[in-house]
Amino acid sequence: MNRLLDRLTQNGKFHPMWIVLAVTGVLIVASIVFIPARYEGSKEPKQKIAVADHAAAETLPEPDAGQHESKPEPAVIQTTHFTPPAERDMPTGEMGDMIKLGRNIFVHTQVYAKNLVGNGLNCVNCHLDAGRKADSAPLWGAYVMFPAYRSKNHKVNSFEDRLAGCFRFSLNGTPPAYNSKEMLALTSYSYWLATGAPTGKELAGRGYPKLDKPPRQPDAQRGAAVFEKNCAICHGADGLGTKVNAQYAFPPLWGKDSFNAGAGMHSVKNAAAFIKANMPLGKGNSLSVQEAWDVAQFVDSHDRPPDPRVKK
Amino acid sequence: MTFARNPAVEIGLLLLLAGQAGVSHADVKAGEAIAKSGTGNISACMLCHGLNGEGRPPAGFPRLAGQNRDYLVKQLKDFKAKLRTNPLMRPIASALNTAQMNDVADYYASLPPWKPGTGPAQNTAQTPRGAQLAQHGNWDKGMPACFACHGANGAGIPPHFPSIAGQNAVYISNQLNAWKAGTRINDPEGLMKAVADKLSPEDISAVSAYLANPK
Repeated sequence: MNRLLDRLTQNGKFHPMWIVLAVTGVLIVASIVFIPARYEGSKEPKQKIAVADHAAAETLPEPDAGQHESKPEPAVIQTTHFTPPAERDMPTGEMGDMIKLGRNIFVHTQVYAKNLVGNGLNCVNCHLDAGRKADSAPLWGAYVMFPAYRSKNHKVNSFEDRLAGCFRFSLNGTPPAYNSKEMLALTSYSYWLATGAPTGKELAGRGYPKLDKPPRQPDAQRGAAVFEKNCAICHGADGLGTKVNAQYAFPPLWGKDSFNAGAGMHSVKNAAAFIKANMPLGKGNSLSVQEAWDVAQFVDSHDRPPDPRVKK
Repeated sequence: MTFARNPAVEIGLLLLLAGQAGVSHADVKAGEAIAKSGTGNISACMLCHGLNGEGRPPAGFPRLAGQNRDYLVKQLKDFKAKLRTNPLMRPIASALNTAQMNDVADYYASLPPWKPGTGPAQNTAQTPRGAQLAQHGNWDKGMPACFACHGANGAGIPPHFPSIAGQNAVYISNQLNAWKAGTRINDPEGLMKAVADKLSPEDISAVSAYLANPK
């Protein structure tokens, strides 16, 4: 941390961390001004921001209601989630081939959908275990929830629209055409993973688990320390990922090869929820709520490709 | 230190992190001499690790050929610093200075890595379980695939994640059990401890056998 302060103060040159510090300062002031006002009207539903990705989130208990109980996760999400069919039970024949292609695009996006991807990521980087893992935005959880209205683009979206969004933002690339083989393959794979799941029902393990608000305002500087201790081993001390044979073995978290500023992961709230439940890989839920928010704030404070919706 | 923008500074810091500061040039030849003939009171590495670094599977002496050099250097340093306990390696590592550790690691890293397909046949009753754990993990228990961190087919992701493909089953099994028991503790961020704790004895047996010859 001393090093950081040294860099910020002695270098003489403008350092991007100043932006983070300035934004954090503004947020702190804003929270002092606005939080009392929010509590005045606490009968109102608070989580308006949640509607975008959690259309049915209203059915879940409001985490704010029971602030004193600080149990980290509702136990139900951990134990009784939907189980997708096993990989070895993938069908054969033409349908099986299409499902398998979808799986390959999903896991090795850089190889099987190279022309459509504008960064160094693969779908599986955010949707762990080939899109199967509960609490990591599994495909089986998403597939049964479309068509759905999304406030992100103010319209009813098909599942293909949703996949296109991933290509445009998270993969900083070009969505596959709706009648393309890639789109059909990814839809087939998702459909197959959702075999037996009820349509239109929010399944436990869908998306990322809703994360409690942090005790303190998220802070990128504290997040930097969390990053160094827990994340740098895989994502690199510079956060730019680790490559083997010119492909990312561990994904870059910012910079030109990472998701763009329009991606869901560029929302600190989403990133914090993903990180809390899933990171470090194999040690999900080992970070505290505060650490998850802080490190998400830190990650999202870095430069990355711009949001393609924003005109320059 | 994560804020370093200057590539030279970054590389310097990375080298420091890997414990390689002050080393000028890798000296594979010097490393080979230590590996084959020993130095001072140290016996030759190859007596236990095989003529070509292939390891001695029945005794659980690990394969070193083709292993990434940063991982090898760290293990030698950890043996010396008692962060990794092993009665055979401790006196050997303690007698090596940093330059010798680098040399010998460079030598073993320069040897050909494991060639896919060579090793014990994979057609036993436990092979599917071993393959499942290595390739997909066991997410019901929150365990990621071995290959998620050890690279495609276990080839390793330098600098921190060693190659495990073609490593002998006795060695892998010993290490997994040691992490589980808390007798090996030098894994970064406790990542291997977290994995080993989620493996049953049957899982350890299956995945160790599989990694000796994964495909």
